[in-house]
Amino acid sequence: MISVERFCESLKNRNITFLSGVPCSILKKIINYALNDSQITYVPAPREDSALGVASGAYMCGRASGILIQNSGLGNIVDSLTSFNLIYKVPVLMIISWRGYLGKDAPEHSVMGEKTLDLLEELGISYGVLEEDNLDHLIDVIVSSMNKQKIPGAIVLRRGIVE
Amino acid sequence: MNRTEAIKAIISSLSEEDVALFTTGLISREAFSIRDRAGNLYMLGSMGLLSAFGLGIALNNPTRRVVIVEGDGSALMSLGNFTLIGSLKPKNLCHIVIDNESYESTGGQPTVTNFIDLTQIASASSYSLVDRMGSLDDLSNELLKFLNSTGPVFLLVKVQISNKEEPPRVALPPEEIKERLMRFLKHGV
Repeated sequence: MISVERFCESLKNRNITFLSGVPCSILKKIINYALNDSQITYVPAPREDSALGVASGAYMCGRASGILIQNSGLGNIVDSLTSFNLIYKVPVLMIISWRGYLGKDAPEHSVMGEKTLDLLEELGISYGVLEEDNLDHLIDVIVSSMNKQKIPGAIVLRRGIVE
Repeated sequence: MNRTEAIKAIISSLSEEDVALFTTGLISREAFSIRDRAGNLYMLGSMGLLSAFGLGIALNNPTRRVVIVEGDGSALMSLGNFTLIGSLKPKNLCHIVIDNESYESTGGQPTVTNFIDLTQIASASSYSLVDRMGSLDDLSNELLKFLNSTGPVFLLVKVQISNKEEPPRVALPPEEIKERLMRFLKHGV
């Protein structure tokens, strides 16, 4: 388990201090931390594509930004990614919860749970699954790939990894 | 008034330092062919994304006016963004909807704004100022006052479908459109 403080500090250490998102129970500690940290701006979006739009606007102003979304919401941002971020070259860090991991979850999460990593792969987005021992390495790899390609990258979080 | 006249009036009322964001389809093509400028961004696809994107710029660049120009179809696609803009209240954000009650870019199929009034949605979403204009004279006379009001302001511009030839496509690659606006935001006019 990674503490929420450590996770959020690792974002702040890389100047990722503008976040927008739609809540998920897996992300609740991170979102609550972001809401209460004066160094982080968190915009509560009505939909995942709104979150991506707001974070993309922040990037335009020179601010490193990220979104916090459930993997179900990955479906809601596919057009924004393919028609905007991937072709205008607007990198935003996507922190995505993984409901439906190994099929052990509510039925509505089973299909996207199985397809989440494949979908990121198909979109050509760099991603990695957060483990107990890879936090700083993973963020460095993803952020460096984002900066090189100028497109979004994703960190995928299973339940219980950040508490 | 038609779409071309409305967009001409809007563009001629902009200050040089304003950011102006145009939605997918004919609105972007029209703006590009009327007067391309470094502070313009044309969102070629991703319909419905523009108002959230504009909000992100307005929040992070509070001294610069951000003018969002979208159509009724694009606004209807992301009505939730009205509530987000109204609740965060960026003083520098102007949200303009060119309303022809149809998806003109794709052949004129009807939307629902012939009987749903987007100004009421903006009012209920707590925009600071909400107005509607249906004639070119009103738009030309009132636009500057509207743009100079404390935001977020919402303006509905009712236009007729125009039968003229479609303007050409935006002749800039997407990455260049973005890089140009980033330079504009960083270094000014």
